[in-house]
Amino acid sequence: MSNFFNKSDLTRQDTDKIVSETLKNCDDGELYLEESKSESILLDDNKIKSSNYSSDLGFGFRAISDEVVAYSYSNEISKDSLISSSENLKSTLKSIKGTYNHEIPKTNKKLYEDINPIEQKTLNSKIEVLNKVNDFLRKKDGSVKQVTASFAGEQKSIEIIRSGGESLTDVRPLIRFNVSVMLEKNGRKETGVYGIGGRQSYDDYLKNDNWKNVCEEALRIASVNLESKPAPAGEMKVVLGPGWPAILIHEAIGHGLEGDFNRKKTSAFHNLMGQKVASEGVTIVDDGTIDNRRGSLTIDDEGTPTERTVLIENGILKGFMQDRHNARLMNTKSTGSGRRENYRHVVLPRMRNTMMLSGNQTQDEMIKSVDKGIFAVSFGGGQVDITSGKFVFNCTEAYEINNGKIGSPIKGATLIGDGPSILREVSMVGNDMMMDPGIGTCGKAGQGVPVGVAQPSILIDKMTVGGTKL
Amino acid sequence: MIKDQEFLKSKASYCLDLAKKMGATDVSVTVGHTISETVNFRNKNLEASDRSDGLALSIETYIDKKRSSITSSNLIDENIKTLVEKCYETTKITPEDEFNSLPDKNLLAQKIKNLDLYDQTRFENEKKINYLNELEKAASEPEKIINTESSFTENKTNFILANSDGFCDGWKKSSFTASSVTVAKDENSMERDYAYTSCRHLVDIKEASELGKIAAAQTIKKLSPKKIGSEKINLIFDKKIAKGMLTAFAGAISASAISRGTSFLKDKINQQVFSKMINVVDKPDIVKGIGSKYFDTEGVNSETLNLVEDGLLKNYLIDTYNGKKLNLQSNGRSGGTTNLYFENGNISFEELLKNSSKSLYITETIGHGSNLVTGDYSVGAAGYLIENGEFKYPVNEITIAGNFKDMFKNIILANDLEFEYSVNSPTMMIEGMTVAGK
Repeated sequence: MSNFFNKSDLTRQDTDKIVSETLKNCDDGELYLEESKSESILLDDNKIKSSNYSSDLGFGFRAISDEVVAYSYSNEISKDSLISSSENLKSTLKSIKGTYNHEIPKTNKKLYEDINPIEQKTLNSKIEVLNKVNDFLRKKDGSVKQVTASFAGEQKSIEIIRSGGESLTDVRPLIRFNVSVMLEKNGRKETGVYGIGGRQSYDDYLKNDNWKNVCEEALRIASVNLESKPAPAGEMKVVLGPGWPAILIHEAIGHGLEGDFNRKKTSAFHNLMGQKVASEGVTIVDDGTIDNRRGSLTIDDEGTPTERTVLIENGILKGFMQDRHNARLMNTKSTGSGRRENYRHVVLPRMRNTMMLSGNQTQDEMIKSVDKGIFAVSFGGGQVDITSGKFVFNCTEAYEINNGKIGSPIKGATLIGDGPSILREVSMVGNDMMMDPGIGTCGKAGQGVPVGVAQPSILIDKMTVGGTKL
Repeated sequence: MIKDQEFLKSKASYCLDLAKKMGATDVSVTVGHTISETVNFRNKNLEASDRSDGLALSIETYIDKKRSSITSSNLIDENIKTLVEKCYETTKITPEDEFNSLPDKNLLAQKIKNLDLYDQTRFENEKKINYLNELEKAASEPEKIINTESSFTENKTNFILANSDGFCDGWKKSSFTASSVTVAKDENSMERDYAYTSCRHLVDIKEASELGKIAAAQTIKKLSPKKIGSEKINLIFDKKIAKGMLTAFAGAISASAISRGTSFLKDKINQQVFSKMINVVDKPDIVKGIGSKYFDTEGVNSETLNLVEDGLLKNYLIDTYNGKKLNLQSNGRSGGTTNLYFENGNISFEELLKNSSKSLYITETIGHGSNLVTGDYSVGAAGYLIENGEFKYPVNEITIAGNFKDMFKNIILANDLEFEYSVNSPTMMIEGMTVAGK
């Protein structure tokens, strides 16, 4: 655990005094202290291209009165700096009064260990694995023309100090291992990418030569794409595979169910609470409590313990994801969804691990039922327009389906749909729910946070596929 | 107050000396300071204020051909010492790479021109509030506008880049940015759109009410969209979307993509990649330019580059490392392009609209559907159907797709180029792309 007070003129006592005094007429707010250590090591083009270490330390001071949020941050932890932030907050909120609500639920659970993954494995041994990845892939297939492999590791320590001296702390490890491979055959080039990660040590993910599985998956995707034909264009049936394709859920409905967009009534879902928004059998939760997952947090960035929030239950819209600010203004409770990229940013309601739960059909049944459509197995990124509800995501591995059979692979195409109506087009839900491999980062208002997704195979009756073949 | 050059120089030279003393053969250091203040409004009321004040340090140490780097925001000498030690120790065990080196000394920049990139004017939060009040009043006036959000950001930056070959220089820059986001609603739909303005000097900022009006009008125009059928059709790209084609092009001609072989434009120098009418320029020395630079992130002098002349690819964007790999000299593009633009075409915007009896005018794309390895392009889109030069109705929930190799050769540009951003394009037409809809 970081001690934020031992290397500056700022004492814990002064801090409590400044925080309490600044927030006394406010509805909410806190001082958020953060220290992060991170590294990234990249192998590219047969060489260790870069090894970077980064350390960051700073605070963010927030004061809220009614709907107004004042925020100030600095990377200098000192008495002067905290006082100048305090003055800045007070000048924004000078004529406003509120009642401070101290209550934050407590938790004894820990969803990950207090480790620093960077220091648990020597740089040499990390470089050794990356070199093995490069050799393995280039030996395995003569058409491999480029290999990029990387490790990223981080330890983030946070402390939240609230008015009255209440303190909440968390230490969060996070790692990611990624492999990208480019093949060239008969003048065509295609890439395949795969990665794994979460809130454990590197070796938890690399044991039993697991890096080979990551390589083979990246290679498999690239090989499939070398054979791909132009994708079809137009509306058709789409079968989504289990796991990572759940970014459809994340984009199509997840963002639309975040508290801020609904309080401001800019989400296409804001007036649909209690209504049927999905087919029967569709249940979606956002769960921050799964051990060691990339999207999990013991406490969120406001100190609230995370929970499993039911968003859609058997087709009916049941809940939004809330931070304290939006929850207070909507007369409800925080769901432990208040997150920020780092101390430079304000807290926003965000997703953690967004999951569609299993139904009872099989992927086989889905594919057999489709005369003409596509089977999408893996995706790149996605994006949504919260207000119109339109969302997209890009296939990185997909196949045609003709007369109930999987056909040729097709080139990467964008799929577009309408968030509030897409889940009503789900006509089959599989029994094969899977978590993603631990690689997702969600962007909102310029802030990236690690998230997870999960889903079983699903059949969507109608979606627009953005290929070139009419 | 933004930290002055002397403070940043003293931190940079502290790092340089320390690393050299430890045994680094070469060192490069960047120290920067940024102060940024933002005020946000929503529905005509103050919603948030945000002040940030941050230092940033990055150090690269070399031991001959070994290289490693660190970054930090903590500039206390004791912390710097720990980090430089860590960086040096890491460098020792990082494998050699024959192409690692500081830039060639003869390429380093010497600042001559004054590009007028810094305006010291302080626009107090009270004044930001007045600006946003006026903006929101204009934006919320039309009945169909049900929600408005806006923000004003004042940003001041200073930095110093120093290396062990004696280079030590940097510059201050300022920016003032205002944005207006509006939500409109009718019986069929709810839509959102935005407008923004950004400039180096406060006097150049758009009138608040004008910005609000533009955002509101654009948003209302999008209401009650239709989905169209799937077909091959001529697309007209609004300037704000057309400039994205240049961004993709710049990614594909970066020396890093070329040297790694991961670009569809590899080995295309002096070949026809655009139609003969097309010229692409990257110009670093535009006075007050949003993308203007005196030198690149390695200190290498940046001069105007004609990237495409009469449709022929003339230059890659080259940094030191990838340049050495390709046996080419850096042209001062470490960190990317500066002010990148298509030169004007020779027909007017109106003529472009009338060019075909039916076309689709694209005002928005969504998703990251550009594959720079293959050139394949597929994104979600929204816009308007145009018949005989007239806007007919808004269109939504469609995708547009093609391949850059073909798209680039079928570009026709209007003559309405303006320098609003760091990447700028006239309105653009591309013939025969695929739209997927119903």
